[in-house]
Amino acid sequence: MAQVVLKSLVKDYNKQNVVKGIDIVIPDGSFSVLVGPSGCGKSTTLRMIAGLEKVTKGEIWIGNQLVNDLAPGKRDLAMVFQNYALYPTMNVFDNIAFGLRNRGVSKKECKVLVEEISEIVGLTEYLTRMPSQLSGGQRQRVALARAMVKKPKVFLMDEPLSNLDAKLRNQMRVELTGLHKRLGTTFIYVTHDQVEAMTMGDQIIVMDQGTVQQAASPIQLYKEPDNQFVAQFIGSPAMNILSGFQQRLLVGFRPESAKIAGVNQEAPLSDRAQFMKRGNILSREILGSDVLYYVESGQEKLVVKDDLRYLLQEGQEVIVSVNEEDLYLFDQESGIRLRQGINLKEKQKLAGGMT
Amino acid sequence: MQPTMGTQQSSLVKEKVTMKKRSLSRWTETVRPYAYIMPALLFFCLFFFFPIGYMIYLSFHDWSLLDLSAMEWVGLANFQEIMLDSDFHLVVINTIIYTFGTVAISLVLSFFLALWLNRQAKIYGIMQAAVFSPHIISLVSVSMLWMWLMDPQYGLLNAILEFFGFPAYTWLADTSSALLSLILVSVWKGVGYNTIVFIAGLQSIPKDIYEAASLDRAGKLRTLAKITLPMLSPTLFFLTIINLISSFQVFDTIYIMTQGGPVNSTNMLVFYIYEQGMDFYNGGIASAASVVLLGLIGVMTFLHFWFAERRVHYR
Ligand SMILES: Nc1ncnc2c1ncn2[C@@H]1O[C@H](COP(=O)(O)OP(=O)(O)O)[C@@H](O)[C@H]1O
Ligand SMILES: [Mg+2]
Repeated sequence: MAQVVLKSLVKDYNKQNVVKGIDIVIPDGSFSVLVGPSGCGKSTTLRMIAGLEKVTKGEIWIGNQLVNDLAPGKRDLAMVFQNYALYPTMNVFDNIAFGLRNRGVSKKECKVLVEEISEIVGLTEYLTRMPSQLSGGQRQRVALARAMVKKPKVFLMDEPLSNLDAKLRNQMRVELTGLHKRLGTTFIYVTHDQVEAMTMGDQIIVMDQGTVQQAASPIQLYKEPDNQFVAQFIGSPAMNILSGFQQRLLVGFRPESAKIAGVNQEAPLSDRAQFMKRGNILSREILGSDVLYYVESGQEKLVVKDDLRYLLQEGQEVIVSVNEEDLYLFDQESGIRLRQGINLKEKQKLAGGMT
Repeated sequence: MQPTMGTQQSSLVKEKVTMKKRSLSRWTETVRPYAYIMPALLFFCLFFFFPIGYMIYLSFHDWSLLDLSAMEWVGLANFQEIMLDSDFHLVVINTIIYTFGTVAISLVLSFFLALWLNRQAKIYGIMQAAVFSPHIISLVSVSMLWMWLMDPQYGLLNAILEFFGFPAYTWLADTSSALLSLILVSVWKGVGYNTIVFIAGLQSIPKDIYEAASLDRAGKLRTLAKITLPMLSPTLFFLTIINLISSFQVFDTIYIMTQGGPVNSTNMLVFYIYEQGMDFYNGGIASAASVVLLGLIGVMTFLHFWFAERRVHYR
């Protein structure tokens, strides 16, 4: 059990600046998720916490210990690797027990601990099998058991579910969050999948190009993104961003918070609609309970998510409208969200008028 | 009645025909695979099984290359003779010492060389090339080179020893040191190849296993014993067997450097066979010794595979 703090953490690979000074506090007992597009430095950050990569600059604190120069094995943490990294020459029992034996745990106690853990993850029948004789899901469990048995202060996981099929992935997602609740240990979880991040994490750290874009709870990230990147990265389909009505400004809204109606229809438009766009439906995707409309309005394309009540046709001329409180404004250059200094009237002016 | 009889008969005839057809097709089915492997089988018979069989046949005869028509059946007399011959005993013992000495030293040395040289920097690549280079030099040249290096009076090795104030060593000139000197030459020649194969094996071990081990608090030695060695076991197995077999059949170095001397101290099986057959015209003894060599290598290979089945881990 420990809080993990990263202070101005920097990583260079032969002059290539991969992690560009990040500051994160990972609270004790939290399920923190590092999420971001591929290549943004998530794994590198995690591996620095684990001690598998040297820190170029900055500090890593686990609990109240500065661990920059501490060997990985001494940091009292466990890691689940993307492709599990099981020891191919050891059977399941030895894979799980290896870390214990290296800590000088007695043979008897080893056996008790390993059996206890295998019971929890459902591996009891497979203890004498070799990793090559296990399915992907079972290997995943061995990797988990191997991490859990050491009772570490912090769990690190680098895309642990990416090698599983969709069904198993969903199942493991639930199991992992359940496991976190039961153990109460700090989890640091890396993924590129925002859905995984949103469903599992209680703190989400969004990264892009080696920097932290925002660290917040899932709801906070969804409702109050700090910048354009977070706004578009979180949520599916991504937030619509349209060029502003004033220079240097961008307007954004989520597909699910927009209303859409045919031009000639009795429009179920919100009476508080502040933002309207006229356009044509390019195509639509029926997802089941919902439908996605891809609308072309002038030069711009936008997506609207609606229920199936008033199903519109492709090619139909429509009006898309958004409530004032659902609009997000961003600075065009920096992408930073503008919250203050723009009052309602101005917003109306910015967004107002039909095009 | 009649028409039904007719149809019955005709169907009977049909059945017979199809049965014939079927048995014919079954026959071709059985023969076909043999037909396919026939060329390879013939090849093996002609160039492998026949010579081996003929060698065994020859080992039961007294014959010499001088007069092949004067071949005489002697039963097991040749075997009896070599079994009682103290020279042959020495030859077998020499062969075993040489083989195990060479293989053990070469494998241990190349394993540690591989651990050391398996790195990214350029200098290690150059070192790898340097260590490997003896492998591509012909054994004859190697032997000549080392005869000079080991020359008691004008050799480089003794010059170096004397430079550092050590007494000169006898190298090939003495019964007590000649076999060891041959082992040294073979290790020098073979260590590069083994090192490169070990390095290839090391590089095929996934990095994340080592990372997992470091997080599992495994020290350097423990990682070596519990991760690296087991992961390398297929490589180790492969190298051991090819090294054993090639060492067992050492000939060129002996022929060029020592001629089996001094006083038979470096005489080994293949050279003994050559000597008996070519120099002493004892075809029968040479054949019998060849059979013994074949048997020994066979036993060795069998033991090795038996061991490997239990201990070698293939991914
Ligand atoms: N060992 C390495 N040497 C050089 N560059 C690396 C190394 N590891 C990662 N990188 C680079 O660092 C960047 C971030 O990588 P990584 O942390 O693995 O991204 P992520 O896990 O977010 O997909 C990438 O551009 C990658 O090419
Ligand atoms: Mg990664």
